[in-house]
Amino acid sequence: MLGIVGTVPDIRVPLIHGPARLVDGHLRLADRRLPVNRGTPALLAAALKAAEYLDGPEIYAVLAGDRGTGQGSRSVYAFLTEQVRELDVQVLTFHYLLPDVDWHNKVLFAVEAMARRPLLIADAGFMYAAKMSGQASAYDFFTPDAGELAFLADAMAPHPFYTRGFILHQHNKVEELIHQAYRDDNAAAHLVVKGETDYIVRNDQVVATVGSPSFPAMEAIGGTGDTLTGLLSCLCGAGFEPTAAAVAAATANRLCGLFANPTPATQVAELIDAIPQALARAVRDRPA
Amino acid sequence: MVFEHTSEVIRCETLLKGRELPVRVMGPPPEIQTGCDLVIEFPLIEELNIRRVLEQAGMLPLTIVPVTAPLLTPVDLFAVTDFGDYLMVRAANMKMTVARDTLEIVNISGGGCPDVPYLASEMVGKTLAAAPRPRDIGHTLCGYALQLAYEELCRRCSV
Repeated sequence: MLGIVGTVPDIRVPLIHGPARLVDGHLRLADRRLPVNRGTPALLAAALKAAEYLDGPEIYAVLAGDRGTGQGSRSVYAFLTEQVRELDVQVLTFHYLLPDVDWHNKVLFAVEAMARRPLLIADAGFMYAAKMSGQASAYDFFTPDAGELAFLADAMAPHPFYTRGFILHQHNKVEELIHQAYRDDNAAAHLVVKGETDYIVRNDQVVATVGSPSFPAMEAIGGTGDTLTGLLSCLCGAGFEPTAAAVAAATANRLCGLFANPTPATQVAELIDAIPQALARAVRDRPA
Repeated sequence: MVFEHTSEVIRCETLLKGRELPVRVMGPPPEIQTGCDLVIEFPLIEELNIRRVLEQAGMLPLTIVPVTAPLLTPVDLFAVTDFGDYLMVRAANMKMTVARDTLEIVNISGGGCPDVPYLASEMVGKTLAAAPRPRDIGHTLCGYALQLAYEELCRRCSV
C-alpha cells in the first residue's frame, strides 16, 4: 500500500484518513468529495490515475484542511506521530504541510520505529522541513524544482524564501547545485530535479535525464510538480526500482503535455486526465 | 520581534511602516527558526515607540530577542518568462502567470506551504487589479514570495 500525507485548502475539512478513490473527477476520502485542481489532491489524483493503469497499489491518504496557519498540518503531524506504526505502507509520501522542524523530527522518529521502514518521499513543505532538520539523508526521494534545488544547495537557507542570490543565480548550473546539496548532506538518496530537463540523481550521481517531449508552458501550470510526485509515488508503490520509477514518472508527466496540448492557462486537472495514455507510453518505451 | 504567524508579521510591518518607523522584515536567527518564519528587525532605540504602537493595535509580539549577527534577507530576485500571450514571474519558489491582453491571473505554481493551493483558488481567474493580495490572505513565506511575484507583475503590467 502507498501512503500519501498532506493538506487541502479548505478549513472545514477535519483530519480525515482512509483508502482514497477517484470518482467522477473528484477525490473521495472518508465520505468527503474534494476537487483535485491543486495541491495534495492533485498529487493523489495523479497517483490514483496511475494506479488504475498499473492495477495497484492501494492508496491510503491522510489529509486535513489548512490555509497556511498550520492548524491542519499540526493535526496531520500529531496523527502520524501516534499512528504511523499502524499503517502497512511500502511507500510514504509527504507533501503540502507547514514546515515545522520539531514536528518533522517527531514524525521521522515515529517512522523509524515502524516494523518495516517504508520508502520515504518528501515534496513541498515537508521537504523544506526535512532539509532544515539536517536529516535529509533519511529520505529516499526529494523532488525539488530548480528554485528548490538552489534552496537545498544553500546550507544557510531554512526556506526557499531565504535562498541567497548568488546561489539562485546559478539555476542553469543544475549539476553543480546537486553536488553542493550532497556535500552539505541536504539531499535525499535520490532526487528528481524538475525543470526544462529533469535530472534523476542517485547518491550525488546523475543517473538519467529526461528532456523530451518538452512543453515550456507546463512550468506555469500549478500542480505539474504535484502530478510528477504522484506518479513517482505510485510507480514506487507498484514495485518499480527507484531510478526506473523516477524516469518513467518524469517521462509520463511530460507526455501528459503531449496529449493535453497545454498553454500557460491550462489547469492541471486537464493533464491528469491524460495520465493513463501517458503512462502507458512511458512504461512501454522505458529502457530495458 | 517574533510573532506566531507570518501573517501577523506582515500586518505588523504594514502598521509600523505606515507610522514611518524604521523596520525590516527578515529571517529569524538560527536559534529560534522553526521552519516557516519571518521576524521584524528594528533598532533598539525605537523599542519604546514600537511597543506603544503595537500595544495600541493589540498586536504585541511573542517575544523580542537581541541579535548581533546579520539576519537572513528575503529573496529579492525575479525571473521573468515571456510566453508571448502570457507573462510569468518567479520570486524564490513561487510563480504567477497572467494573460497579457486581459491581465487575468491564469496560473500560480511552485511553493510548498499549505496556503499556496488556497491562494491559487482565490486568485486564479481574477485580474491583477481585482484579485485579493497574497499579503492580505496568505500566512506563510510562500505566500509572502507570491506577494513579491504579484507586485512585480503589477509593476511590469502597469497595474
